[in-house]
Amino acid sequence: MSLPPTPEPLNPGTPEPLPRAPRRKHFASNAGFIVLAVPLAAFLAFVIYMFVYLSVNGAPVLSWRFLTQAPVNGMTEGGIMPCIIGTILVTFVSLVFSIPVGIFAGIYLSEYAANNVLTRLIRSSIRSLAGIPSIVYGLFGVALFVSALHLGLSILASGLTLGLMNLPWIISTAEESITAIPSSFREGALALGTTKWEAIRHNVLPFAFPGILTGVLLALARTMGETAPILFTGVTYFTRELPTSLMSKFMALPYHLFALTTQHDQVMKVRPIAFGTALVLLALVLAFDAVAFAIRMRLAGANKWQV
Amino acid sequence: MASLKPPAAYRLPPAAKESAKIAIDRLNLWFGTNHVLKDVSLDIPPNAVTAIMGPSGCGKSTLLRCLNRMNDLVLDTKITGRILIDGRDIFEGDTDVIELRKRVGMVFQKPNPFPKSIYENIAFGPRIHRMGNPDAIQALVEKTLVAANLWNEVKDRLQDNAFSLSGGQQQRLCLARSLSVAPEIILLDEPASALDPASTARLEQLVVELKERYTIVIVTHNMQQAARVSDYCAFLMLGELVECGPTARVFTKPTDKRTEDFLAGKFG
Amino acid sequence: MRRTADRVAHGVFLAAALLGVIVLLGILVFLFAYGVKAFKEIPVFRFLFGTVWNPDAYGTKQFGLIPLLWGSFLTTLIALMIAVPFGIASALFIAERLKGKVRVVVKTMVELFAGFPSVVLGFFGLVVLAPLITHVFHVSSGLNLLNVSLLLAFMSLPTIISVSDDALRVVPHSYREAAYALGATPWTTALRIILPSAKSGILAACMLGFGRAVGETMAVLMVAGNAPIMTKSLFEPVRTITSTIAIELGESSFGSAHFYSLFALGAVLFLITLGTNLLAETLIKREKRSFML
Repeated sequence: MSLPPTPEPLNPGTPEPLPRAPRRKHFASNAGFIVLAVPLAAFLAFVIYMFVYLSVNGAPVLSWRFLTQAPVNGMTEGGIMPCIIGTILVTFVSLVFSIPVGIFAGIYLSEYAANNVLTRLIRSSIRSLAGIPSIVYGLFGVALFVSALHLGLSILASGLTLGLMNLPWIISTAEESITAIPSSFREGALALGTTKWEAIRHNVLPFAFPGILTGVLLALARTMGETAPILFTGVTYFTRELPTSLMSKFMALPYHLFALTTQHDQVMKVRPIAFGTALVLLALVLAFDAVAFAIRMRLAGANKWQV
Repeated sequence: MASLKPPAAYRLPPAAKESAKIAIDRLNLWFGTNHVLKDVSLDIPPNAVTAIMGPSGCGKSTLLRCLNRMNDLVLDTKITGRILIDGRDIFEGDTDVIELRKRVGMVFQKPNPFPKSIYENIAFGPRIHRMGNPDAIQALVEKTLVAANLWNEVKDRLQDNAFSLSGGQQQRLCLARSLSVAPEIILLDEPASALDPASTARLEQLVVELKERYTIVIVTHNMQQAARVSDYCAFLMLGELVECGPTARVFTKPTDKRTEDFLAGKFG
Repeated sequence: MRRTADRVAHGVFLAAALLGVIVLLGILVFLFAYGVKAFKEIPVFRFLFGTVWNPDAYGTKQFGLIPLLWGSFLTTLIALMIAVPFGIASALFIAERLKGKVRVVVKTMVELFAGFPSVVLGFFGLVVLAPLITHVFHVSSGLNLLNVSLLLAFMSLPTIISVSDDALRVVPHSYREAAYALGATPWTTALRIILPSAKSGILAACMLGFGRAVGETMAVLMVAGNAPIMTKSLFEPVRTITSTIAIELGESSFGSAHFYSLFALGAVLFLITLGTNLLAETLIKREKRSFML
């Protein structure tokens, strides 16, 4: 049996010592990772630059008046208050629909779904829905809500369209948060003779709440910034008054930014207002994201049931 | 409790001591505040099989992993003491750890082949250490598979995925892989614990054959295995070296009560 | 009474979950039902293979898909050519080199950027990138293929980075140990063992990035120039399927062939993104399965 070559054992007393590490070897080993870090650093630098640029150019425009007044003079002056209200309203409507449906679906997937074809179909559908472009949701919203259900161009139509769009996001986070609760919680309740729903309601959902909340806040933030779904289902360039009902048209921040930048006839004159709008929108989105992350981090650190 | 030093009768006689392949000198190791290895001193002779045995949790694997500095990968580890391989302390600041790991090979408890073909698993090591041209490497692959007693079973399917082999075959593949970089020392961390008795027997036979050319240190919690394969034997308990010496002597005339109890199956 | 409540609850939850399937089917049905109506007036063949898109022509209106498909394809391809290497490199660095707090900070930044509204990015592209492009390359307009592709690259990077990072972290630690025990350096191990092991997952990441880029509307609307031509240069304007729908849905009269043709476009887009997402899912599952031994 011939074996791979080994250094012959030298005379006892003078063994071959381990070589010292050459400088070059260490450097070559780490050089690869340094090269990898460059694209990441460039990307992060760009992100920071964008944020700073928008802040610097948008901040001078911000004022209490800007946030609480309506636009005047063909939008060349005044504030963006109706847009803020519109965005809040339509996001709220979407969540009124998607939060309960999303949580219920999440409960089903984590607590009741068996490992069968139907479950796989449901899961696959939800994941597919998450990947559908927002403009396609817009088309669907026009066909179903505006036209077939005769809701016309309204907050309701836009809200429901947005609700369909953020439903998959809420279902995923709800399912994840509920599945993360250890089974011993459920078993403890069931062993005392509760029904399944009672066990979930009292012993699982309250603990899954922070996780679900995180998901909802992230969905909220993303929904506020979406334009395509509301483009043809209810948002409008200008309304004289605030929306009076769910069936009114409305103004919204993302569309306002788009319109001021590309549709207005005095694009350069309203540029500062556009910056202000961009900053307000970005600030709102980042604020909700930040709260969501803070909750997530506290959750990760303080899982009382993890020994 | 004062740690027991191995009885003077064990340590290799002065002339032979210089040829101890590995000399562990007052090694202490902490994981965080956990004092896992306590003042361990042990000589490991060349071209022999040394078994490190003891109950679970006594630190045997940790001790083994110090020998090729795999514990460097664990955060929050503190080590004092020396480990001399061929007379040089591997913890010295400028030790080439890469070269160390080439010289000191390791086979793990659970077989861990790479997700590549059988051939590629073995060729990986020689390639990264630039040990020869493709023809030389091909010859090397064959040699190590023969040495690991696996050649006949895989010679017609070297391009198959390594995971298509049975557990025992995968472990012999890992052994062949460790041989491919021409080590001098081979560390085996409970290599048969995941294997069935037939595969275990084959692996043990291999280990005994390999000691002709390599220095072998094997960790085991199975004392019968230690008795079967090893020439020298060290008994570790709760991080302390209780006793060591030639296997035959340790098993028939243990000098420490704890060793006696362990061998009688009273714990572990 | 308690038992009835329990059964009702079960039913409600099942209904909610089934809604997911229903919505997906609903979108499919509506898009195709409306889209098909376009073919009453537009020959299918001309739609699928026509090379001119000119729905407002005074003469024969043209509804050829090809320039739009070309635009979507080209913008996404160039975006991925930038984002894929950047993304994989970043993910490899994050997965293999970053630990603890630094890792959390970097991943949070990536996630935060993923949440930037696309209008804001489009705004930035128009206000900063467009003048920059005209200045650097001496062209008359900065609203072109280059601008759009750059923005789309940025927008798909977070997806590619996150999913690739997940794929790399799923690789069992035992592979790393085995490689180190053979004397491999962390770099060799990362490049030759870890990265190849995760290739299914990383491919899935790229496909999801593709889906993100091909479905983007607002940023494209704002910086792409929007001429429905067969774009042949980085500095020419480009029109995608998404921006076409967005621009023309408001202009077209409800119930006209033009109106329905936009739904047909939507159906095409839907099929493309559905296909890529399903493929990506399969790849991710395949990677996870290959490690469970």
